[in-house]
Amino acid sequence: MTFSEMLGDAGEIRDCYAVIQQWVEETGIEGLHRRLGEAEAIFRRIGITFAVYGEGGDPERLIPFDLLPRIFTAMEWQRLEAGIRQRAAALNAFLLDVYNRGEIIRAGIVPADIVYQNKAYKPEMAGFTPPGRVYSHIVGIDIVRTSLSDFMVLEDNCRTPSGVSYMLENREIMTRMFPELFALERVAPVDDYPSQLLKSLQEVAPPACKDKPQVVVLTPGAFNSAYYEHSYLADLMGVELVEPADLFVDEGLVYMKTTSGPRRVDVIYRRIDDDFLDPLAFRPDSMLGVPGLFNAYRGGGVTLCSAPGAGIADDKAVYVYVPEMIRFYLGETAILQNVPTWQCGLPDHYAYVMDHLPELVVKEVHGSGGYGMLIGPQASAEEVATYAERIRANPAEFIAQPTLDLSTSPTLGPSGLVQRHVDFRPYCLVGKEIRLVPGGLTRVALAEGSLVVNSSQGGGVKDTWVLR
Amino acid sequence: MLSRTAENLFWMARYMERAESTARLLTMGQRMAILPAATMRDEWRSVVRVTGCEDAFGKDAIIRESDIVEHLMLDPDNPASIRSCLARARQNGKSVRTALTQEMWESLNEGWRKLETYGVADARRDFAELVDWVKNRAMMFRGATESSHLRNEGHDFLRAGGALERAQMTLRLLDVKYYVLLPETEVVGGHRDHYQWTSVLHALSGSRAYHHVYGGSYSPWQITDFLMLNRQFPRSVLYCFDQLAYRLQRLAHWHGQRTPANLRGEEMVEALAQTSSGAIFEKGLHETIQSKIVQCNMLGQEIAEAYHFG
Repeated sequence: MTFSEMLGDAGEIRDCYAVIQQWVEETGIEGLHRRLGEAEAIFRRIGITFAVYGEGGDPERLIPFDLLPRIFTAMEWQRLEAGIRQRAAALNAFLLDVYNRGEIIRAGIVPADIVYQNKAYKPEMAGFTPPGRVYSHIVGIDIVRTSLSDFMVLEDNCRTPSGVSYMLENREIMTRMFPELFALERVAPVDDYPSQLLKSLQEVAPPACKDKPQVVVLTPGAFNSAYYEHSYLADLMGVELVEPADLFVDEGLVYMKTTSGPRRVDVIYRRIDDDFLDPLAFRPDSMLGVPGLFNAYRGGGVTLCSAPGAGIADDKAVYVYVPEMIRFYLGETAILQNVPTWQCGLPDHYAYVMDHLPELVVKEVHGSGGYGMLIGPQASAEEVATYAERIRANPAEFIAQPTLDLSTSPTLGPSGLVQRHVDFRPYCLVGKEIRLVPGGLTRVALAEGSLVVNSSQGGGVKDTWVLR
Repeated sequence: MLSRTAENLFWMARYMERAESTARLLTMGQRMAILPAATMRDEWRSVVRVTGCEDAFGKDAIIRESDIVEHLMLDPDNPASIRSCLARARQNGKSVRTALTQEMWESLNEGWRKLETYGVADARRDFAELVDWVKNRAMMFRGATESSHLRNEGHDFLRAGGALERAQMTLRLLDVKYYVLLPETEVVGGHRDHYQWTSVLHALSGSRAYHHVYGGSYSPWQITDFLMLNRQFPRSVLYCFDQLAYRLQRLAHWHGQRTPANLRGEEMVEALAQTSSGAIFEKGLHETIQSKIVQCNMLGQEIAEAYHFG
């Protein structure tokens, strides 16, 4: 049976949701709708939008916002936090290892092929150790829940996980609209995130940096779907938001073009994919990018966050080995479980997947954002058959997972509360130490019964409360 | 400050100012065109000419109000249309979000798609309301800037851009009057001439201020004096030049270094301050206006060079 975040085993309201229950009763559904209208007007005015490429429609649409928060108890959070920190540490240890000695491969735990033959693996990074031995500075871990006690990691995001601006904005809107809910001070604050992010970025300044590190956020530009977030984070950290054309490299150091001439840059929080960072090192046809940037990085003149090639750690084919990594590098047992996963590249897994397609969720190894997925139970026979052809043509490009019975959270529907599936993405910061604010982004699948929560697929967002 | 940021702020203010000026220009054109027996139909052609859009119309074509509304207010493909100016101001603002305050961004963002929903017929019907709406957008933007923006380097680029654009638009509005010739039966200073001159004042929201300075009577010389040389009227050319020179001086201060733009700005102020409306008419109003517009363009280029714009 589907676990409801709000209800206990016997159908009673869980203690942590009591305040919400009371609030809904006092406000009434009509009252909630009115407040939702106000909240949306604020979002629209501020201009928090999320553009989706290639889907037509409104290029500046809003992500739907749901008023009812998703709530974790202090106990639940304690466990989640420990599991997230553990995972972020192991993923960074893995990156250091595969770009240097490769011990986990020599130990026969992770197959060499899925690392060295992987598109996300950057041979240019081999033998180079980034400042502080950190590769992935912001680790976004997608977590789902299937019962009161079962949290599972669905996916790791080690490159440039997005969405943290929604965590902050959702909270901002909630405190603005419902100050009385926060007056009790039971909800742990998340507004410290930008300063923790800045601290983490400053801690990984390159060897060439002698003064206070100059941090910038690098965006592809205002047309990028996550541009709002880029500018928002730069704003809250009080650093420059730069585009590639604002930067240049001279004698191994990176500068930005200012009205009073060149100015040194030490740490770049880049929100641009590896391939587009530097046309000299990666894709020569990239119109974006800063020529010479990668050399400056390897020479210790600048730090790139995250490191190029960090994507190998969040690859879906590598994902299955994360519990092993935790054991191998940290000598610990994984606190958060993986979702059982079949790799279509392995013969026996392949056979199982092909026999059970209508029950499974199949994903492309390199896909992201909910694109190119097969959700077996919701697909037609033709869709399943067409997808089967794709898997047959290239088995190693696919993984499959059982359809999980994701927990549901109460959500405001047209005529009352409805139960909708949710997931959760916390943002773990890695500098000299590992930092985590008590919260994250809860995404909600707004269509009844839907399991797809991605914002690019019409999912919505909720505030996430961690109770003290 | 990033050069790109400075450039975007400079142009954001220009586009906002240009949208407003174009709205004012349309008001003026409309006032002139509704005069009884406006048979020459030159009013709208002169409007088109000063916006640099004449090529879009045939040389001898009769230009009607609906053409103007379509082309100068609504056309997304005409870079001079109000809709394009507002969209570009917003785009400039969006690409330098971190250099704007929340209020400034909201003033750019709120309702920016309004003109998209209009067809020509509806826009003509709501002409006055739309023009007011555009002016209100610009006023809200300036108000938000005035009351929330840090007085840093970026602020000076913003104000310099606004002042440069405004000076040029006042010059262009005056030039419309030059292009709108009087019918042979009319005399300079006659009813029609009078009405055309007051339309210029009206479009610049300067009628009341004009009376405070010159009393009840209108004359082309006095109106020109007011719009070119008055140092207190915020839309006069000299006032805008003063502002420009001041902003450039502050920028030189921020950077600890003067540039060729400083020199030109000061020369422009000096030259204008030492002239009179009599001298302007002697040299030719149109010629004077054209040479000032050229100076403005050169100054714009010098600012771009001095601060490493793209």
